[in-house]
Amino acid sequence: MSEELNPREREGVIHPEVRARSDESERGPNGQRLQHAEAASKPIRADAPREPQPRGARIKGNRPIDQGEAAERFLAAPLHQKAHDERLWDVRKKRDTAAHGIPEWEELREIASQIKAHTLTHLDQYLAQFEAAAKANGVHVHWAEDGAAHNRIVLDILQKHGAKSLVKSKSMLTEECGFRHFMAAHDIDIIETDLGERIQQLDEEEPSHVVMPAVHKTRLDVADVFARTLGTDPDNDDAHYLAESQRETTRPLILKADAGLTGCNFAIAETGTVVTCTNEGNADLSGNVPPLQIHSIGIEKIIPKVEHLGVFIRLLSRSALGSPITQYTSHFRAPRAGTEMHMVLVDNGRSERLGMEEFWTSLKCIRCGACMNTCPVYRRSGGLSYGATYSGPIGLIIDPTFNKRKYSTLPFSSTMNGSCTNVCPVKINIHEQIFAWRKVLAEEHQIPLLKQGMMKAAGAVLSRPAAYRAAIGAADSALRALPRFAVYNPANTWGKKREMPHAPRQSFHAWYRQNRMNKDGQS
Amino acid sequence: MSAREAIFARLKANRPAGDFPLPAVPDFAPLVGDDLVAEFTERLGKMGGRVERAGSPADPFAPVRSRLAGAAVIASAVPEFTGNRDLRTARRPQEMADVDVAIVRARFGVAETGSVLFTQDDLIVNSVAYLAQHLIVLLDPADLLTNIHAAYRRPEFGQSAYAVLHTGPSATADIEGVLIHGAQGVRSLTVLLLQRKIQAE
Repeated sequence: MSEELNPREREGVIHPEVRARSDESERGPNGQRLQHAEAASKPIRADAPREPQPRGARIKGNRPIDQGEAAERFLAAPLHQKAHDERLWDVRKKRDTAAHGIPEWEELREIASQIKAHTLTHLDQYLAQFEAAAKANGVHVHWAEDGAAHNRIVLDILQKHGAKSLVKSKSMLTEECGFRHFMAAHDIDIIETDLGERIQQLDEEEPSHVVMPAVHKTRLDVADVFARTLGTDPDNDDAHYLAESQRETTRPLILKADAGLTGCNFAIAETGTVVTCTNEGNADLSGNVPPLQIHSIGIEKIIPKVEHLGVFIRLLSRSALGSPITQYTSHFRAPRAGTEMHMVLVDNGRSERLGMEEFWTSLKCIRCGACMNTCPVYRRSGGLSYGATYSGPIGLIIDPTFNKRKYSTLPFSSTMNGSCTNVCPVKINIHEQIFAWRKVLAEEHQIPLLKQGMMKAAGAVLSRPAAYRAAIGAADSALRALPRFAVYNPANTWGKKREMPHAPRQSFHAWYRQNRMNKDGQS
Repeated sequence: MSAREAIFARLKANRPAGDFPLPAVPDFAPLVGDDLVAEFTERLGKMGGRVERAGSPADPFAPVRSRLAGAAVIASAVPEFTGNRDLRTARRPQEMADVDVAIVRARFGVAETGSVLFTQDDLIVNSVAYLAQHLIVLLDPADLLTNIHAAYRRPEFGQSAYAVLHTGPSATADIEGVLIHGAQGVRSLTVLLLQRKIQAE
């Protein structure tokens, strides 16, 4: 592998051109560079020339998303693409370091996976327990079958209190429900309080990542958005200036908000507690400042007891950002004196997914984003190219449960390298589910003809070991012999911005036959 | 059928086949050494917080004197320090908006992560821990626990209306990974190691 292609030979830098010369990150008590929260382990900065931000997939009603088309536009913006790739790979490496620092890491993953499997297969019992505990704590509990019902319930609560403005922390569930768009139509002012999510709201764009909503934007993009919407100096792209501008303009809105809403990372059945994990403390501001408090909870977020929380807290932030814990781990259990607390438990397709034999374990997801950070397709195409609430590997297996036709092409946006499965803190077999979705969608004729032909050929080969071995041998020699235009042609989307691996001279099977098998063919 | 009944009916009908027992959470050996104060200090430092040992009995707040001297509004939730903003008579959480420094006592600290825990009783007004510009946290070294598993065995989580682990100050790196303290909440968090005068029950 050439030096240019091997990240390890360049001190982990994939794109040397985004290595910033100056470093603005915070320092610790002894002057050491800090790397907590979603901080980069080294300064990464998109090059100075302004490059228009590539936008996400073009949504055409119910028609299948063309992720490849949006990815091409992302690749055609090299400053954005390289900074994005570098940033996410850096977070992925921070995750590895954090995971390796805990000897029981694999045991924690296994326990977390088993706790989730147990809870999901007894979800009716644990939800009933949660509801009873919450009611005993003086909380108003609501049930929503889908996103529309969630929005109506929250609107009803707001209207009963005469509330016209609501501050909220980041919540993928409310993204699922189209909450902001619904409330705008009903004249309720919604203010996102997470910096990344606020940037996205002001730019009228969806979040591109579950924990770093604006990770696809450069500081120049943020400076543009804030100049347009907050009246900041368009030529000042200092990150501290931009973050401070957001703090100063959001705080008055938090102080005068009529209501606050948070999402939920974990809901504890035994105590009726909603747990949120944030770095900014914005869930705590949303929950503790306005006179009315609402928590939106996906029903799969339930865990049985407080003692189980320790397992997930140790896994979540390490998997997400390589940080031992988020700055704030908040446990909301009962209303403050003189105020109301509401909890809305939302199904929105989850109970249906539970009945899908091959896919129900995707409900274990704790939304850490590790699978996205490690995915070569995601890092090179950006979260918005998926045109769905959930992007990256987890999105490929969740999105089709919401709309099989619209998201029918997404399970093909994967190299099937399995890295997503390897980093998943709750051990979801993500890449196997991606493959299973391809089969389901092919059987239901939800995929284009070209891909159907490829699938049929692949299916025929994969079902017969001898044919598979012959094909592998041919593919390897083809990789060595084919001219570049055959591998890097427009029909092969994987070839874009990637170098093909050097094929081994001999397949493992051939090597094994030659070196390890006896003459009679027995091993 | 109500939404609740419909959801429960689907959950029962769609329950995956198989036996999925609830695993026991083992008592994991702590990943910290015996000197919990040193471990806590190092871990909190990496999360952007600071740890100071209390000054002499006559002036325990000496290490944070410069922070306090620069503050116009100080809200104290602890008997060891008298501020000029009374938390107990506050009527609305928004009244904490102009607080420069808040002083609160942590129930306990967690050495492995550098976290401190507060409940609504410790904060008196929850919002002060987020609306204040800076937070000074009193922590008795005897209240240090080894790890998060030990923390979640404490009774506060089942009893408090609100309980929160703070690990350093409010932080963000949402713009190009540049780490910034004071995203929405406090800009700094300083732990002052100071014994409790009256032991908690």
